[in-house]
Amino acid sequence: MSDIEVIVEEAAAALAAAADLAALDELRVHYLGKKGRITALLKTLGSLPAEQRPAFGQAINDAKDRVSAQLDARREALEAARLEQRLQDERIDVTLPGRGDASGGLHPVSLVIERIESIFRHAGYDVARGPEIEDDYHNFEALNIPAHHPARAMHDTFYLADGRLLRTHTSPVQIRVMEHSAPPLRIIAPGRVYRCDYDQTHSPMFHQVEGLCIDEHVTMADLKGTLDVFLKTFFARDDLQIRYRPSYFPFTEPSMEVDIKLESRHGISNWLEVMGCGMVHPNVLLKVGIDSERYTGFAFGLGVERLTMLRHGISDLRLFYENDIQFLRQFA
Amino acid sequence: MKLSERWLREWFDPGVDRAALAERLTLAGLEIDGMAPAGPPLPGVLVAEVRTTARHPDADTLSVCTVFDGQASHQVVCGAANVRPGLKTAFAPPGATIGDGRVLTETTIRGVGSRGMLCSMAELGLGDDAEGIVELPADARPGDALHAALVLDDAVLEINLTPNRGDCLSVLGIARDLAALHDHCVPSPNVPPVPPASDATVEVRLDAPASCASYAGRVITGLDPRARTPLWMAEKLRRSGVRCIHPLVDVTNFVMLELGQPMHAFDLAKLTAPVVVREAAAGESIVLLDGNALELESGSLLITDASGPVALAGIMGGASTAVSERTTAVFLESAYFDPIRLAGAARRYKLHTDASQRFERGVDPSGQARAVERATALILEICGGTPGPCVVTRVAAAERPPVRIAFHPAKVERLLGVTVDEPRIVAILRNLGMQVDDGRLPWQVDVPPCRFDITLEADLVEEVARVNGYEHIPVRLPLTAGRPASIDPASRRDSRTRGVLAARGYFEAITYSFIEPSLARAFEPGTESLALANPISSEMSLMRRSLWPGLVQAALHNRNRQVDDIRLFEIGMVFQGSGADLRQFDQLAGLRTGAARRQHWLENARDCDFFDIKQDVESVLQILGQDRVEFAPATHAALHPGQCAALVRDGRMLGHAGMLHPALGARLGFDKPLFLFEIVADVEGEAPVAQFQPISRFPAVRRDLAVVVDEAVRAADCLAVAREAAGALLRDLELFDVYRGQGIDSGKKSLALGLIFQALSSTLTDDEVEQAVRRVLTQLRERLGGTLRD
Repeated sequence: MSDIEVIVEEAAAALAAAADLAALDELRVHYLGKKGRITALLKTLGSLPAEQRPAFGQAINDAKDRVSAQLDARREALEAARLEQRLQDERIDVTLPGRGDASGGLHPVSLVIERIESIFRHAGYDVARGPEIEDDYHNFEALNIPAHHPARAMHDTFYLADGRLLRTHTSPVQIRVMEHSAPPLRIIAPGRVYRCDYDQTHSPMFHQVEGLCIDEHVTMADLKGTLDVFLKTFFARDDLQIRYRPSYFPFTEPSMEVDIKLESRHGISNWLEVMGCGMVHPNVLLKVGIDSERYTGFAFGLGVERLTMLRHGISDLRLFYENDIQFLRQFA
Repeated sequence: MKLSERWLREWFDPGVDRAALAERLTLAGLEIDGMAPAGPPLPGVLVAEVRTTARHPDADTLSVCTVFDGQASHQVVCGAANVRPGLKTAFAPPGATIGDGRVLTETTIRGVGSRGMLCSMAELGLGDDAEGIVELPADARPGDALHAALVLDDAVLEINLTPNRGDCLSVLGIARDLAALHDHCVPSPNVPPVPPASDATVEVRLDAPASCASYAGRVITGLDPRARTPLWMAEKLRRSGVRCIHPLVDVTNFVMLELGQPMHAFDLAKLTAPVVVREAAAGESIVLLDGNALELESGSLLITDASGPVALAGIMGGASTAVSERTTAVFLESAYFDPIRLAGAARRYKLHTDASQRFERGVDPSGQARAVERATALILEICGGTPGPCVVTRVAAAERPPVRIAFHPAKVERLLGVTVDEPRIVAILRNLGMQVDDGRLPWQVDVPPCRFDITLEADLVEEVARVNGYEHIPVRLPLTAGRPASIDPASRRDSRTRGVLAARGYFEAITYSFIEPSLARAFEPGTESLALANPISSEMSLMRRSLWPGLVQAALHNRNRQVDDIRLFEIGMVFQGSGADLRQFDQLAGLRTGAARRQHWLENARDCDFFDIKQDVESVLQILGQDRVEFAPATHAALHPGQCAALVRDGRMLGHAGMLHPALGARLGFDKPLFLFEIVADVEGEAPVAQFQPISRFPAVRRDLAVVVDEAVRAADCLAVAREAAGALLRDLELFDVYRGQGIDSGKKSLALGLIFQALSSTLTDDEVEQAVRRVLTQLRERLGGTLRD
C-alpha cells in the first residue's frame, strides 16, 4: 500500500471517529490544511522524476477529493445529529396555556346594533343620530302627539326641570333628519331611550333602532318587504314566520306591529312582537314641510334588547346593565 | 279589557270557533292577549233543589237539608244563611270537584251525615262571593250539570286595545268591528225608551260646556232596597273583571260594559238639586267613593249639588251621595266629558278608573240618552220603581262636530301597494258604520261619532287595510333610486375603538345615563349635574357628566362577585352644562384594575399601573389616527395627584387618564389601585387622511445614549429635544430605560435613549451619525442640563 492510501485510510478512520464538528474541523486542518498531511505530499512532488509526477499528482488529488468527500459526508451526518438533538431538546407541551391577555368583548346590545346597522347599510340606509335630552316638540309634538294626547300615557317620560325630557323613543331623530334633508331619504337611527318604568320586564333605559324611508311611491308593501328581508337576515332564517298586525302609533297611519314565530328553548313557538311600524302620518310630513301628496314613506322602530334576548336566549332584562363580566364574556 | 266570548257572540256571532275568532280580532288590531276559561270545569257539580231544611241538633248556624238532584234526595248539612226550601242551588255530591280542585267525600258534621255540600260562588271558584250559597233562577232544572246551567262553556277574552280605539271599550264596539270583519254590520242598538211614570226630575246646569256639553239624567223612585243583582248579570260582570257591589251600581257598570257609556247612580235622598257641572274653585275638596279625601285643584271638573262637590266628573263619584242598602230612589247620570280634560284630571289625581279610561279615549257623544234608557229598563226589571222622564241637558254649540272626510279611493293603493275594489272599500266603510257618498270623486265619508280615531283620509285607508287584512298587502322591496349608504364616522369610530379595546382584554359595559348624586359629587365635586324632575329613585336622579361613576359601579358589582381583574369600557353620551348651554356628546371611558396580565406559568404576576392604561389609550388613539395627543401632568379631583395626565392635542383638552384617587378608592371599597381614562369620542373628527411617506431601502444605524438629567426633567421634553436636535435623519426614537441608584447622584435619573437613523436616498456615513448624536447631546446639555452617563 502506498503512503497515500495509508493516509486516506487513516483519515477515514479518524473522520468516522470524530464526535463533533470541532473535531471534524481539526481533522480537516490535519489532512487538508496548508500544512496538512495530504498537502504535504504535494511538496514531495518536486523530488520525483518528471515522468512519475503526473500520476503521483493525480493520486494525491484523488486522495484529497476522497478525504474531502468523506469529511463533507461526516459533517452532514454530524449536523443532522445535532439538529435532531436540538429538536429533541426543544420539545414543549403545546397544551400549556398561551401567554398574554385574552380578548375582552363587546356588549351584546352593541353586537346586535352593529348587526342591524350592517343589514340596513347594505340596503342603502344611512345612520343618523340625535340628542338624548330632547325637547317636547321633537319627541312628541312633531310626531303628532300633542299635549294631553292619550298616547302620552304610553310613554312614561323622564323630565328635566326646564321642561326638556329624555327621549322616550328614537323617533325624534326622524324629525331632525326630515327637517334638514329633502327626500328621498333612507335612514336608521340607533340609540338609547328612556322610560320612567322599572321592573323585571322594563328598564328605565334601553335601546331602539328607528328606520325611515321617504320617497315617491313608497307603500306598505315596500315596508313589509323591507322588514321581511331584515328579520330573515337578522335571525338567519329564510323560513322565519312573520305576521303583520294592525296597531296604533300616533306618527304612522296605517300602523302595524310585526310578530315573528320563534321556537323557544322549551320547544314552544309563540308569536312574539318585535317591531312597530307604519306609513308616516300625513301630519308628521306636514310638520317637517314634506309634500305628502308627492311623497309617502314608512317608519319602523325596534327594541334592541328584545331582539338581543331572542337572538341570544337571554331571559332577564336587568342583566344588560349589571355589566357582570361573567355575562359579558359569553358574547365576545 | 276583559270580555266574555258568549256576551260578544250574543251581539254578533261570526260562526267560527274560539281560536279563529281570537285570531281574526288580533289580526284586525284588537289584540287578544289571553283567553281563560270562564270558570273551572266543576265535574259532578249539579243543579239541585232544596226540599226541606231543619236546624242541626248540635249547631245553631247549621241546617240539615234534603236536596233533590233530579233523581234522588240527599241529606246535606249546610251553613249558609240563605238556604231555604225551594231554592235551586249548586250541589256538589261525593266525587264532585269544586273550585279549588277539592274532590268531595261523604262526611259527618257534628254527628250528622252529609252527602256532599251546597256551594257558594266563591267555593265554585267563580269570584269572591262567599255570602251564602248560589241562588239559581227558579227555572233551573235539578240534575243538570252546573257548568252548563251557568253557561261556563265560555272564555274570558283579554283584549289589549290601543289607546285610539276608545270605541271598542264595550261589547257593542267589539261586536261592530267583528261584524265588519265578517262582512256584516252591527247597527247601533235600538234601545226602546222607557216611558216616564212620574214627572220627578233633578235640574241640571252645565256651567263648563267645553268640558261637558251633554248630560242625560233620570230619577227613579220606589226602588226595592232588598233587590239582588241577578245571577246572569253578576256572571257577565264577573267575566268582565267587575265586582258586584249593589244592584244599581251593577246596572250602571253593566251598561258601561255593554254600550261603552260610563254612568253614575246618585242616591236621590242625599242629593240636593240643582246638579251643576262646573270647574272646581280653589280650596274645594271631596271624599270619593273609595274613601279617599281629595284636595281639588282649581279647574278640575266636578259634579256638584247645593252642598258642594258630589263627584269628580267622569272619574269617580263622591261618598256623600253614594247608593246604599237603604236607597229607594236614584238619580242616574250619563254624561259626555271631553277626552282631553278628562285625561288631564285622571293623570293629575292618578285615578285611572273604568270610567276615566273610557272618557279619556272618547265616549260616543250621541249615546247618553240610550244608556239611560237601557239602565232604566234593567233597574225596573231588578229593583222595580217608578221612572221619571229622561232629561238630556246640552249645550249644542259646544258639542263635538261630526266628521266628514273627502276620500279618494285611489289613496288606498297609493299607501298600501295593493288594489282593493271600490265596492269592497264602500262595503268595509259601511259595515263600520260610516255613511259613504260615492257618487263622485272625492267620496264623502261621514264618520260615526264614536270613532275619535278617524279624521283623515289616511285613517280611512287604515280601516280598509285592517278589515281587508294586512296579510293581503304584498311583500316587495322598495324601488327607490339606488345609492350606497354613506359612511357614518361615529359608527366607524366606535367599532374600531371597540375592536382595539376588546383585543386588549376590555369588556364593553353599558351603564345607566343617570347616576347617584353622592357618586357624581365624589367624582366632580363642585360641579352641577342636570337633575331629573321625576327620577325612578334618588340613586338614578342625576344625568351623568362622566362615564366614570357608572364604570366604577360596574367594577364594584364584579368585585363583589370575586372578580379582581377587571377591564371595562363604555362609549356613551354625557351631559354637561344646562339650559341653553347644555352639551351632550359621546365619551369613551375605560377602567382597569387587578393584574396587568392574565396570570401565566412563565411570568411573574404584576398589578397593572398607569403605564398599562396609558398604552391602552395610545392604542385607541393610534387606531383613530391621532398621533399628536400628549399626556400632560394634570390634576383631577377623582385622580391621584401624582398619577394623572390630561390628554391634550393642539391645546384642546380631550380627556384624562390616571389612578383613581386612593382616598376615593378606599371610600368606594376598592383595596387595589384602579386606573381610569376618559376621552371625547369624536377625536377622529379632525384626523387627516393618512398620506404615504417613502420607505428607505438603505440600512439604518442605531445609537444608544444614556443621559443623566434632574428628576424634574420630563421624559417627553428629553424626547422632544432629542428629536428636534437629531434632525431629518432620525427615523425612530425610543426611551428604553430609566435608571436611578448606584452611579447616579440622588435627585438625578438616567434616561436611555435609542436613536435610529436612516436616510432616504443613501447609506449613512459614520460622520453623519456622529454629528447628529453630538447635536443631540449638546442640545440636551444646554436645554435640559443633561450629561452623558459615564
